[in-house]
Formats: sequence, C-alpha cells, structure tokens
Amino acid sequence: MSMGDTPRKGSLLEPDARTRRRNAAEARFHLYGLVAVCLGILALIVLLSSILSNGLSSFRQAYVTLEVSLPEDRLDKSGVRDPEVLAKVSTFGYAPLIRDAVGAEMERLGIQIEGLNEKDAGGIISNNAPARLRDHVLANSDLIGGTVTMTFLANGRIDGYFKGRVTMESAERDKNVSPEQLQLADALKEAGTLTRPFNWAFITAGDASENRAEASGLGVAILGSLYMMIVVLVLALPIGVAASIYLEEFAPKNRITDLIEVNISNLAAVPSIVFGILGLAIFINFAGLPQSAPIVGGLVLTLMTLPTIIISTRASLKAVPPSIRDAALGVGASKMQAVLHHVLPLAAPGILTGTIIGLAQALGETAPLLLIGMVAFVAEYPAAPPEGFFDPASALPVQIYNWTQRADPAFVERASGAIIVLLVFLVSMNALAIFLRRKFERRW
Amino acid sequence: MLDTQASESTTEMTQAKISARNVQVFYGDNHAIKDVNVDIEDKTVTAFIGPSGCGKSTFLRCLNRMNDTIDIARVEGEITLDGEDIYDPKVDPVQLRAKVGMVFQKPNPFPKSIYDNIAYGPRIHGLARSRAELDEIVENSLRRGAIWDEVKDRLHAPGTGLSGGQQQRLCIARAIATEPEVLLMDEPCSALDPIATAQVEELIDELRKNFSVVIVTHSMQQAARVSQKTAFFHLGNLVEYGETGQIFTNPRDSRTESYITGRIG
Amino acid sequence: MTVPSLFLVLAAMFIAGFFLGRARAMKSGGGDIRRLHSLPFYYGANVSLTAVIPALGALIAWLLMQPLWIEAQVSELLPPELVEKAGAESLVMTDIWRVAGGLVAAKEAGALSQSELATLSTETTDIRALLGQFGVALAADVDPAVLEAAKASIDLSRAAATWMAAVVLTLSVGGLGFALWRTDKDYRARNVVEFGVLFLLLVAASIAILTTVGIVLSMLFETRNFFSQYPWQEFFFGTTWDPSFSGRGGASKLGILPLLWGTLYISLIALLVAVPIGLFSAIYLSEYAGKRMRSLAKPAIEILAGIPTIVYGLFALITVGPLLRDYFASPMGLGESSSSVMTAGLVMGIMLIPFVSSLSDDIINAVPQTLRDGSLGLGATRSETIRQVVLPAALPGIVGAILLAASRAIGETMIVVLGAGAAAKLDLNPFEAMTTVTVKIVSQLTGDTDFSSPETLVAFALGLTLFVITLGLNILALVIVRRYREQYE
Repeated sequence: MSMGDTPRKGSLLEPDARTRRRNAAEARFHLYGLVAVCLGILALIVLLSSILSNGLSSFRQAYVTLEVSLPEDRLDKSGVRDPEVLAKVSTFGYAPLIRDAVGAEMERLGIQIEGLNEKDAGGIISNNAPARLRDHVLANSDLIGGTVTMTFLANGRIDGYFKGRVTMESAERDKNVSPEQLQLADALKEAGTLTRPFNWAFITAGDASENRAEASGLGVAILGSLYMMIVVLVLALPIGVAASIYLEEFAPKNRITDLIEVNISNLAAVPSIVFGILGLAIFINFAGLPQSAPIVGGLVLTLMTLPTIIISTRASLKAVPPSIRDAALGVGASKMQAVLHHVLPLAAPGILTGTIIGLAQALGETAPLLLIGMVAFVAEYPAAPPEGFFDPASALPVQIYNWTQRADPAFVERASGAIIVLLVFLVSMNALAIFLRRKFERRW
Repeated sequence: MLDTQASESTTEMTQAKISARNVQVFYGDNHAIKDVNVDIEDKTVTAFIGPSGCGKSTFLRCLNRMNDTIDIARVEGEITLDGEDIYDPKVDPVQLRAKVGMVFQKPNPFPKSIYDNIAYGPRIHGLARSRAELDEIVENSLRRGAIWDEVKDRLHAPGTGLSGGQQQRLCIARAIATEPEVLLMDEPCSALDPIATAQVEELIDELRKNFSVVIVTHSMQQAARVSQKTAFFHLGNLVEYGETGQIFTNPRDSRTESYITGRIG
Repeated sequence: MTVPSLFLVLAAMFIAGFFLGRARAMKSGGGDIRRLHSLPFYYGANVSLTAVIPALGALIAWLLMQPLWIEAQVSELLPPELVEKAGAESLVMTDIWRVAGGLVAAKEAGALSQSELATLSTETTDIRALLGQFGVALAADVDPAVLEAAKASIDLSRAAATWMAAVVLTLSVGGLGFALWRTDKDYRARNVVEFGVLFLLLVAASIAILTTVGIVLSMLFETRNFFSQYPWQEFFFGTTWDPSFSGRGGASKLGILPLLWGTLYISLIALLVAVPIGLFSAIYLSEYAGKRMRSLAKPAIEILAGIPTIVYGLFALITVGPLLRDYFASPMGLGESSSSVMTAGLVMGIMLIPFVSSLSDDIINAVPQTLRDGSLGLGATRSETIRQVVLPAALPGIVGAILLAASRAIGETMIVVLGAGAAAKLDLNPFEAMTTVTVKIVSQLTGDTDFSSPETLVAFALGLTLFVITLGLNILALVIVRRYREQYE
C-alpha cells in the first residue's frame, strides 16, 4: 500500500457516492436534533394550551340578581329583632325565600317553562345562597319585612352550561340538573338577570365543599402560600447567605468542609417527598407544631430551598474578583470586614436573583406539604401574622391537588384556573429575577 | 511586489497546488484578511510568518474551509485546489478536508486509543476494506509520523497519555492517515519543548516528499529551517512571498526587513 | 415565664448590652476613639452577642430536650399492665399528651383552678366530658393512671419551664456582666466579635448536615419501629401490597416489590422519552443551531423545568391520560384506565427533557473545541464528529446527567399521584394503572394516620428505601460528573 503517491481521484465538484451517503447521514442527524427541539417546544405548547383552555373559563362565573322579599312572619315572628332569636332561623329557613324570589322573577319576566317545578327552578341558584342571605339579614336586621336585591352565584351546573361543560344532552342523564333548568337559565340570561362577570371571588374566597364548586376560591390558599413564602424568605435567606459566606470565604479545606459540600449538593437532589417525611416526623410528631400550619410548611420548604440559595449565592460570591478582597485587606481591613463590607454588597444582586428563583421553586412545591397535613379542607382565612403562622391554611399547589381529587367536573376547571394563578405568580417572580439580573449584572 | 508575484504565478500556474486570488476574510465587521494572492506549490514546504494577529492562521484556515465552523467568518475571493474552486457551492467541505488535512497548534488527540486516533480518518472516509488493511494504514501512518517505535507496543493505550511532542506527532500521523494532498500546520511546535520541536521539524522535512505542506509559525528560525517558500503577513496583508532564502537574506519590502530584523512583531 | 417572653427579654438584653458595652468602652478610652483597640461598635456588639448567644443556644437545646426528658419521666410512672392493654407505649403516651393538653386548655380558660387540677380524679369528675368542651375528643373514658401521668407531666413541664427561664436568664445576665467586665480600651473586641460571627456562619453551614441527619434519623427510628412489627424479609421480598385498615398488623401484606416495579417501570419510560429528546436537543442547540435559534429555543425548553410538578400532574390527569386511553389503550384492547404507567411515564419524560438537555448542554460545551477542530480538520462531517469524538468524550458526564434524571424520576411524586394510579401490581402492560413508592408514601401518611400501626409506619420504611436509592444515584452521578469536569480543567 502506497500512500500519498496516488493522488485522490475525482473532482471536488462532484461528490463521490460515499460522500453523498455520509452527507445524507449528516442531514438525518441534523433532522433528529431539529425534531427533538421541536418536540420539546411542542410539549410546552400542548401543556400550556391544555391548562389555559381548561382553566381560563374559571375567571368568569354565572351570577343571578334577585329581589328577595324577607317576610317577617318567617324570619322574626316576635318582631323585636332580637339577634339571638334571629339566629335561630337556620339556612333551611332562608332557602324557600330564594326559591320564591326565583319564582317572582320568572313571573316578572313572563317566563314559563313546561315541566319545571318550583323547587327545580330554585335549584339554579347555588347552595350557598341561603347562607349568604342569612348572613346579610343577620347583619342588617332592619331589612326584615321588606325586600333586598342581591346577586347570588348560580349553581355550578348552570355555570357549566354557559362554559360548555354541561349540555342539554348531558343534563338528561344528570340527576343534579335538568334540561328545563337550563332553559330557564337561558331565558334569565336573555333577560339580563343572569350575568357572567369577572370572577373575583375565585381569587379571594376560601375553599367550598364538594357540592358547591361554584363558591370555591383561592383566597386561603394564596394567603397560606404567602405566609409560607415569608417564613422561607426570613429563614432561608440569612441562613443560606451565612452558610455560603462560610463555605466560600472562610472554610478551611478539610474533611468537614468536604462533607458539608457533598451534603448540600446531595440535598439539592433529594426527592421533595423525603422533606415532607422529615417535616412530619420532626416538626409535627417530635416538636409538636400544629398540622396544616404555614409555619411547618415554611420550615420544610426552607430546608428544601436552602441548597438552591446556597449554590447560587456561592456562585455570586465566587464571581467577585479576588482583587476586591485584596484591596480591602491591603488597607488593613480584617477578613470579615473585607467580606461583609465589600464582597457581599457586590454579590447582592446575584444572591437576590437566586433567592427569588428558590422562592419560586418553593411556591410550586406540593408533595412535602401533603404529608404535613396541608391537604386538609380549610375554608377559614388564617389570622394575621404572627398567630396566623400557626393557624390551619392551605397552599396554592395543594389546593390544586385537593380539587383534582373531587368528583364534580367543575373542580377540574377550578384546578386549571388555579394553575393559571400559580403560573402568573411564578412568571412574575422569574421576570423580576431576570429584570434584576439584567439591571445589576456586572461583568468583571 | 504584485507584479513579480503575478509573473511568478503565470509561469508556475501548472505547478501550483493551491492558488488564492483576491481573498478577503471578515470576522463580523473586522476585515481580517485583505486581498491576498498566493500560489502554493506541490511537494514544497511553505511557511507563513508574521507578527501575532496578522491573519496568517486565519488565512491557513481558509485553505480547508475550517472557517466555515465559525458563524461570523465570511470569505470572499477565489481559492482553487488543482484548478477547482474550493468555495464553489457544489464543493463539500468534508471532501475538501479529506484532501487538505490540518494539524493544530495544541496537540489534540481524541480521548481514544492511539490506534483509534489514527484509524479515525480512514474509517470515516472508508479507506480500508478490511481490518488488516486498516492495521497497515495505521502502522504506515505512525511510521511516517516518526512515532511508530515509541508507541508500537501500546497501540491500545489512550492517546492522551503521551507526552506533548508525541501527541503532536500522533496528530500529524493522524492527519497523514487520510492520505491528504496538502497538509496545513497551524504553529505545530508552539506548545512543544525544543527537543520535541526538532523531531517535528525533521518530520516536516520528510513529509515534503509526498505532500504540499503549509506551516504557520511564529519562529523565523523555524521558517528558515523547514521551508522552501515563505510568505510574510502583516495586518491582514500578504506583504511579501518568495523563496525562503531570498526573503531572509534580501527582503524586498521594508516591513519584511523590519520584522526579520526584530523591529516589529 | 413563657418562651415568647423569654425571647423578648433576650432581645432587650441584646439592645441594652450594645449600648452598655459601647458606653463603657468609650469611658475607658476617655471619650477618644483613637485610644480604643477596636471601633466602639465592636465593644457594643461583643457585649450583645455574649449576653444573647449562649442563652439562646441553651434555650433552643432545652426546648428540644424537654419533651424527651418529660416523656422518660412519665413513662416510668405508667403501670406495665396499662401499656400491655393498649398494645404499645407510644399509644399511651399519645393519650397522656392529649389529656394533658386538654387540662392545660381547661385551666387557661378558667374552668379549672390550680388546686382543682391537683385534686382532680376520675372518680369525681367526668374527665372525658370536661375535655370535650375544650376540643379534645377522647375515644374512651380516661384511665386513672393516664390522668395521674398527665397531671405529672403538667407539673414537670411547669417545673421545667421555671428552671429553663432561670438558666436562660442567668446565662444572659452572666454573659452581659462578664463581657462588660472584660470591656476595656485595650480589649480586642473586634477579634472576639469576628470570632463569634464566624461561629454563627459555621452553624448556618452545618444546617445542611443537620438536615441530612434529621432526615436519616427521623426515618430510621420509625423504620425500626416498623420492622419490630413487620418482618423485614416480607417487606423487601414480598410481592403483594395489600394494607388492611380493619385489623392492626397481621392481615396486611406490605411487600415493596410491586411498588418498586411500578416506580422503575415509570422511570424507565420517562427516561426513554427524556434522554433521546433531551440529548438531541442539547446536541442540536450546542452544535447546529444559530445564535438566534439558540436564544429562543433554549429558554423555551428550560421553561419546562420551571413548571411545578403539580401542573404536570394535572396535565397527565385531564389531558394525556384520557388521550392515551381513547386513542391507544382502548382501541388496542390494552386497558380502560386513564391513569397508567404510560401516562405518568410520558408526562414525567416531558418534565425531564430540560433537565437532561441543560445538563448535557453544559457537558457537551465542556468538550474542548480543539477536539472538534481536529476531527473536522480530518474531513469528518459534523455528525461524525459529534457521534465519534464529542459524545464519547462527554459520555461520563452524560451518564452522570442521566443518573441524576433517573433519581429525579424515582423520587417524583405529584405526576405519579395524579397520573399513575393507586393499584399495586406486577404487570408488563404499560397501559395498566400501577403505583409507585412515592404514591404509597403519600397515601399512607395522609388522612387518618396512626403512628403505631405498621400500615402508617411502612411509609417511613418506603421513604428510607427511596432516600437510599436516590442518594446512591446522586452520589454516583456527582462523582462521575466531578471526575469528568476535572479531566478538562
């Protein structure tokens, strides 16, 4: 075999068969890569559009405005307006009033629907309407004997009808709603009695029970999440920064430091549910903190978020050039002064960005919170801090999980809507982090 | 200068392996190579010399279209190999690079065995029909890379375990194994100690019998030792091109003279 | 003295210490700060820290140790036959804590005076009814021994609280006094304060270790309890998972194998989705894509990493599950369940794409450019260069990335809770609902839990198994990746 002596045959301008084959393989490989990227982006688009298409409708809700008469003989026979006596009339006593109000409204508008009895007509109003009416009357006892105009939630099935979840056909088979009720709803909508405004209650109200999907809201969950984020911020930021300063600036290179470092990188990869077990065993069973409390959730999430904050803080500290430290030491500052007066302020933007991203991660975390009892049904708002940290509360992601476990399909819509709220929070936090990074980023 | 070169190129047109006409290279907005004309002969060592940043490496990378791998690089003008325009859209840079091999500044053996390093090129270009043939190509290439004796007992040890000089000779052997017609060397000795450098230089002289070798070098002594032709680059211009002896003893351009006497660079 | 008021006192000592220390130093220097060794601030900080840190440390340690100590004391009071009747000491202790909690609540509400509490007895008072008024609902009447133990624990707690306050206050006042006595113009306050701060930094850094220790200990103790009630051979090698909540122990079959099988099957499918897509995306973005494409596609894929897992879970539940059932499983006769191994695996795979791609991207970028040049310079195409030079060089790092992704997949909870189902099965059909270790941890630890029954305690054994598996994978991956990085540094 002699090499070099035999110049390669063939012209550069005409690729030989082998080169063509190789180029085809190259094009295929290129295509695989492109397909992979497209699949990734496609998955994102499908995911987001699935959530949006299921959840956007939860931001509108059907309401019915009714004029309710409050006859004295049914609410306060004595006529003295004694609050104790008034309170004895339960919500069952108010339900017929609402039913009558629907009947009166139908009469006023001249709506007549064959096969619709009075009880079913009243059924288009949410089950929580009597309670609302009762609360209103108890607070304003002078209304008794007159009439009051109030806006009530429509029943979840009626709301679902306007969102396409319930149809005339499905209503035939559904024992909770009849086609006649849907006809009534149509007629009321025509007349303007039934409206579908923006659903503020979805964001502010507390959770509601299984058969009142229309009344449920995210208020308690948002507040609970906020409380937990406060706990995480107050604990994780100082501890994380202190740990990072130690490891990055002061730690001697020895076994203990190594152990701490391995520990931190491992903790960052420990399954989140393990932190839930830790929280249950240590904070609830051992330390006796209350279940479902934001303080416990906050502590668990703090431990989970610490590694993230430590890793990003160390990166920011590392990015401050040694010349800054040398300059401070050169004028006689102690090592501690050099770090606290010069390095730390310069690293602050990076630390802040890392903290916000860590908080965003913690905000979306679900699994550990299930184990510390946050999954319980909580309809009451927790008190203001600091007592509120120990009150039962829910959290956004747990509320979503909670709703997925319920039978009424209206809760699927609610869960998707709650995800939109959660994603709005996450996007704003990440946008803030990106903004801060852009604004304060410094290249050495 | 231009007219002498032009007359040279007309007389030597038949012998020129590579000829470049009005070559411009841009890196983004930076005009890195300005209007270079040069003819590179077969079975000759041609040295490109000049101060750092003068564009000699950039120009070298144009000759086998390695600049294609840099997004912002743009080449204009005409470069032909055996009369065929290598920037013709029909030309496949892969096929071109099989004919115009390259050795880099820093030895870059693949993290594979010595054998696999050499066999890599022949395998992708399909040069061997059997294992025995491949073995033969590997042995021949290592012999011609003047490293056979040092590695013949450990062909399956990783190439990254060799010393710097050995690694560079391995890379040269690897480039030879694909049977190129031209071998481009981008400062092949800059990362080596003097003894390894001497070995590689010796090897380059040997290679001249079969290949056209183009070597970029920082060291004028090296250019004088190994090359027959020398091109002097300065600020992206080809200032002077001619016989090595003439460039070093009797430069025509004052900038060349300043450089070889050490006043610029 | 209550704990919050102790904290308030310590805060007051902190502030007072600062001003006292600074004033004393200034006086010692004759009002001229140039004659002091350190800035006045450090003298103040020194006194503050000495007054507060040891006291605070003692307070926290005391709060941690006190329940253990009281439990040990009270358990000595318990007659053995009571423990035997209840089945386990921990059950009796739970009762005692609840009774004690109720009594304290009753006392605070004014329903019981101190002397009434002392003479309280099961014969004269219906304790169950009394406690019922204060939100403590008991299943049965209170045993006299339990009541006595509860009263003892209340007394012990009160005594302990008094002692704690005394110790903490002594330490605080002593610290303040000592630091003030040492304060002098030549005293090296800055060095002492910096040493103290350094100590605090070290404590913060040790929290990582404490967390790991906490995780391991919390699971180890309960796992030991579990194995004292349930044979370990049956847990690790049992092929049936069938907890019964009717009878305690005995009837339940708690074999981990079906759960591990579900976990591994789902993780495998997830990796089969995520590794090719993630790896090819990384290759495409780092080797082929132009700047523009890269700057758009890379963040888009990384958005997937920022989406909480509950969102993926809901996606599996309402979109992917029904889709797979209606278009694949049902027509092919493979199953009628919308939650299945395939559903969970597919969605988890999507979640892992950015994880694999960004780790691989880093690793591919760490392969030196000279290797690519060397290969291209020999006339290799880009794909040949990638497949034969870049990927083999990056292989250890990529293996590490895949191991980390596998560890993620195994520990993932919400997607499998919502997408995989709850039936523990050893089956090969990917359209069948199966369950995982994490799903069972959630189901055994939510709702009604009874920390003395193996059905609840098994969750800790499952958690420990999960922790050990993921820890192994993580450490292996970290070691591989670290070695790989060192190779090219």
